[in-house]
Amino acid sequence: MAKLTPFFFLSFLIISSSLAFQSDEFGLEGAQQQTPTTRKRYSDPDSDSKVQFSLEHAFGDSDFSPAGTFSARLKSWSHGGKTLTKLRFSRNGFSDEEKDTFKNLLKGDDFYRIRLPSNVISPPGKEFVVASVRARCLPRDGLDEHFVIHMEGANILALSYGSLGACQYPRQFKLPAKWSFNSHTILKSSEQAPRTPIFTEEVLGGENAEGEVEPPPERSFWAKYWMYLIPVGLVVMNAVTQATNMAEEQTGGQAGGSQVQQSARRR
Amino acid sequence: MFFSFEEKKLRKVPRFANACGAITTTKKGAIPALPSDKKTLACSSHDLLFFQTKAPFSLTRSVKKTKPANAMAMALRLYLLLLVFLSSAIVSFSLYEDQVGLMDWHQRYIGKVKHAVFHTQKTGRKRVIVSTEENVVASLDLRHGEIFWRHVLGTKDAIDGVDIALGKYVITLSSEGSMVRAWNLPDGQMVWETSLHSAQHSKSLLSVPVNLKVDKDYPILVFGGGYLHAVSPIDGEVLWKKDFTAEGFEVQRVLQPLESSIIYVLGFLHSSEAIVYQIDSKSGEVVAEKSKAFPGGFSGEVASVSNDKVVVLDSTRSILVTISFVDEEISFQKTLISDLVEDSGEAEILSPLLSNMLAVKVNKRTIFVRVGDQGKLEMVDSLSDETAMSDSLPVADDQVAFASVHHEGSKIHLTVKLVDDLDTVLLRESIQMDQHRGRVDKVFINNYIKTDRSNGFRALIVMEDHSLLLLQQGAIVWSREEGLASVTDVTTAELPVEKDGVSVAKVEHTLVDWLKGHILKLKGSLLLASPEDVVAIQEMRMKSSGRSKLTRDHNGFRKLFIALTRAGKLYALHTGDGRIVWSTLLKSPACARPSGISLYQWQVPHHHAMDENPSVLVVGRCGSDSSSPGVLSFVDVYTGKEISSSDIGHSVVQVMPLPFTDSTEQRLHLIADTDGHVHLYPKTSEALSIFQREFQNVYWYNVEGDDGIVRGHGMKSSCSGETADEYCFTTRELWTVVFPSESEKIISTLTRKPNEVVHTQAKVSTDQDVLYKYVSRNLLFVATVSPKGAGEIGSVTPEESALVVYLIDTVTGRILHRLSHQGCQGPVHAVFSENWVVYHYFNLRAHKYEVTVVEIYDQSRAENKNVWKLVLGKHNLTAPISSYSRPEMFTKSQSYFFPQSVKTIAVTSTAKGITSKQLLIGTIGDQILALDKRFVDPRRTLNPSQAEKEEGIIPLTDSLPIIPQSYITHSLKVEGLRGIVTAPAKLESTTHVFAYGVDLFYTRLAPSKTYDSLTDDFSYALLLITIVALVAAIYITWALSEKKELSEKWR
Repeated sequence: MAKLTPFFFLSFLIISSSLAFQSDEFGLEGAQQQTPTTRKRYSDPDSDSKVQFSLEHAFGDSDFSPAGTFSARLKSWSHGGKTLTKLRFSRNGFSDEEKDTFKNLLKGDDFYRIRLPSNVISPPGKEFVVASVRARCLPRDGLDEHFVIHMEGANILALSYGSLGACQYPRQFKLPAKWSFNSHTILKSSEQAPRTPIFTEEVLGGENAEGEVEPPPERSFWAKYWMYLIPVGLVVMNAVTQATNMAEEQTGGQAGGSQVQQSARRR
Repeated sequence: MFFSFEEKKLRKVPRFANACGAITTTKKGAIPALPSDKKTLACSSHDLLFFQTKAPFSLTRSVKKTKPANAMAMALRLYLLLLVFLSSAIVSFSLYEDQVGLMDWHQRYIGKVKHAVFHTQKTGRKRVIVSTEENVVASLDLRHGEIFWRHVLGTKDAIDGVDIALGKYVITLSSEGSMVRAWNLPDGQMVWETSLHSAQHSKSLLSVPVNLKVDKDYPILVFGGGYLHAVSPIDGEVLWKKDFTAEGFEVQRVLQPLESSIIYVLGFLHSSEAIVYQIDSKSGEVVAEKSKAFPGGFSGEVASVSNDKVVVLDSTRSILVTISFVDEEISFQKTLISDLVEDSGEAEILSPLLSNMLAVKVNKRTIFVRVGDQGKLEMVDSLSDETAMSDSLPVADDQVAFASVHHEGSKIHLTVKLVDDLDTVLLRESIQMDQHRGRVDKVFINNYIKTDRSNGFRALIVMEDHSLLLLQQGAIVWSREEGLASVTDVTTAELPVEKDGVSVAKVEHTLVDWLKGHILKLKGSLLLASPEDVVAIQEMRMKSSGRSKLTRDHNGFRKLFIALTRAGKLYALHTGDGRIVWSTLLKSPACARPSGISLYQWQVPHHHAMDENPSVLVVGRCGSDSSSPGVLSFVDVYTGKEISSSDIGHSVVQVMPLPFTDSTEQRLHLIADTDGHVHLYPKTSEALSIFQREFQNVYWYNVEGDDGIVRGHGMKSSCSGETADEYCFTTRELWTVVFPSESEKIISTLTRKPNEVVHTQAKVSTDQDVLYKYVSRNLLFVATVSPKGAGEIGSVTPEESALVVYLIDTVTGRILHRLSHQGCQGPVHAVFSENWVVYHYFNLRAHKYEVTVVEIYDQSRAENKNVWKLVLGKHNLTAPISSYSRPEMFTKSQSYFFPQSVKTIAVTSTAKGITSKQLLIGTIGDQILALDKRFVDPRRTLNPSQAEKEEGIIPLTDSLPIIPQSYITHSLKVEGLRGIVTAPAKLESTTHVFAYGVDLFYTRLAPSKTYDSLTDDFSYALLLITIVALVAAIYITWALSEKKELSEKWR
């Protein structure tokens, strides 16, 4: 294979055969992993049905009562999975009685609790997914609420509920200007973890072993021998100063000086 | 070795330096040797020339100008030279091996003994072979109790029986009778291993023939899993097997009469019919079979009283049935227990191996029943109270003896009697016994012939706290604290502060000793020490009195580890040498022995540290059921005394330490019970008022693992409506996370350590950007797998299994992070610290273990990068954080392959959290690997830029490296490793690491080296002497140069 590639790809002059080979492999792996799921997702005619499930709320420790309905389309994939799409939410406004109880909640900084069935297809008999928030976090102009529904197939795993922005602590008592809900809803499903990168250095090294082993970058002379040069330099300078000191009286010092100069030139 | 060749030369080096120093400071002639001063001597002396060339250039210049500086320079030069020599000497001396044991200790245990077999026939080493509840088979020295050899079998490989075959092999039967192994008796090497076929769960039985003739090879008979196997003791080959699975037959006794080739196998069919098979021991063929139905049905243990009779209880446990089965027909003979003893109740057969005698426990009394020739039963003796009994032991002249041990006050009485004649007492001894060992659980006896040819007995007893003791001649010969092999929870405690009056002199004996020690050390570091000195130095280092003192030290190296064991005993271990400072067996007024659940720091006095003792809270329960009532016990840490113990009258599901303390610095704790109520402790009005203040802000959660639900709760009100208890509160459910049961199953949950210290919230990245860590105490890490994938690794295909990890805010129930790993499987081992989680799992696609790191960063604070904003105070860094605000955070994660299977993971913790962290990974080989957190950094890239490299980011690799030198257990193994506990020392760089399993291991770690202190073996004496010498040198040379100057001026 490595021999054949230069014949077929003459135009690619200097590309190393090993590199080309390797990139091929990568492509294949990626394709194996992704194509089946993506193709199915687009080719399958969706067999969907409508589902409705109700949101229930409770004030403090009161019982739960209906507060709105979610309607969505349930898509069934051929591989068995089911997902919710096109989620719509219609919120019931507070009745006067509920307004009063909510005001009491605000005064007491108590909890406003909501719940959803944990399974949207067959709600009865299953556990409910409960979430709650301090009532004082909700009022802005109106009543701001933000739902994040964590889904796993057709199951609701968890519900994050709260106001859209921050909820300052200590929480101030404040009545909403308008008694209408301002709802935002997000459906979230699980993220896939990225695959652990596999490096093929070993493979590369094996292919390169034929001849193209990259030599380590040449270091400069100074970088290699600085630890020897510095002491030598010091000694030399020491000797030079001594030589100049002794120059008047002793002749032997001059010989030493010239030696030093020679060594310096060599460097 | 390198060192031995070089030693002479190296010794010369410091000597030479010393000599030079001595010459220059004393002799006049040495002064002119200074390079700048005079020329005449410059070349004359060989040695002194050496000085000249080495002298730094800058110094020679300055010397010319000022004379005092001259002297200084010279002294400095000498000092530098000396240092150069010294440092080179130290480097060449490899220090690694003798550092072992300086900071660490390792203790080997075996666990609670189940069976013991003595091997004392030979004149050589006397030993006892034991098997334990920790699945250890070990050979112990009978003289000192040391371990000759030991093997820790796997956690699922429980040992059912142990015996000695052929006088040289130890045979063990394990895994419900499906694994037979033979170990060589002297050294513990495995000789053979046979895996037997097993079809069903059943009790297992090991029968090793007792024959002293080695040439005749009788097979070992093993019953287990519905099969009877005959295994050759020589090579473990299965000679034959008999299938009993189809018949629902359960073997009770296997009898091999001596000098006979027929084996009698007695068993019960559906507990109502006794069947005896006679099997040819050579071929395994059934020679004869007889059966007889017993309408009442059997129950419980079978006691074989002689070669042809067994005794068993009927299903009502009120009638003893004697079965004789060797004769032509099986015959039953019933005896009502009420005929034997007056106040009868449910009976239980004890100690099933007494010949012609049987011990029955009725109404907390032990009665001895003799079995007559015709199967007639008669009561011969009874013992009150709880008495532990041994199996019978043949002594001389065909007599059989047994031992019984019972308590009386603080003493235990050991009695050895003959079975045939209960009035003949062979031995009666009373031994003083520590109260904290509890009652005697098991007794094993062994006899030896004394010099006067009479029988002597030694008894191996297992106490209630699992400790093992050998009694001989009325004394405890040795004892082993085997309770420490089953540590369930560990916490740390400080030692007492050193009080006035405890001076250095008392600690170090005398100043002379102190000096002597340091001189010895100096000698060692100067390589002048003789071999004896070296030994003395090593000993001194190991036993330095500072190490094992019972007071607090400046660095916080001395601490106590408080360990709670499965037996309900509390031990305090000293970090210095690992000795047991005190131990306490838990008691409770409600039940005899509560089982310990967990351990908390109850009171840690800081303000009154001098006069108040810290204490720990031990939470236990009476009974094994989670709804059984709980017991609280408060134990003083300094003394080990139980301050108080109380029945709390409700069950204990969860114990939550609160971040509040009262004025006496007792920590407030909430205990949740099975009814969904929480109870506040301590029950004081002060604690109540503190709690009421924070009542609205207390939340808790619980994990229902079986249903896959995590629930969050808030406080509702006092439960005064239901009970009068004002410390009891009702709660309400605030949130639930429901994992769909068909696709997810919780396998692991984890939170941060509540007492962890985070040094900085911000992390500065390479491009001068600031990332804020999302540091929240209310985060819960949950890992789930597909129900199919909850089994063993490899039991599912990658498509069937997925692993999902969650980070859940425990106040609001928000899922902050959710990541699914397709084709991955548990078990998940995770560690959670600061703002990151590292978890370990198996990747089925790659067939490798993987480690993933998740780091969470706060984005709501990301705006605070501008310096001006900070200066002008326009930042939100000091604003209180509410969990009800929508979290703005992002996560970074990365996965790496990890080449090893993992048992547990922990992380180092230091006092201020400044020191970089290391992961402590307990590997499958029972060792602990320290891995820098930098290796599991999600910001690692393939080609880090220069700036990133400077920051310490390591280039990305696909797998984490295992550097052999980074095993902190070095050559040791912490057998059966179960947990690793870290605790900070006072010194920021250092952390205590305590690992427990069957063994215990402790060491001190410095993840970034000890940057804030000198090492232990730093020689202060050397430093002192050098300084003194330096000062002297300065003074003398200064005086001399003055003199010289004067004389020059006179010239």
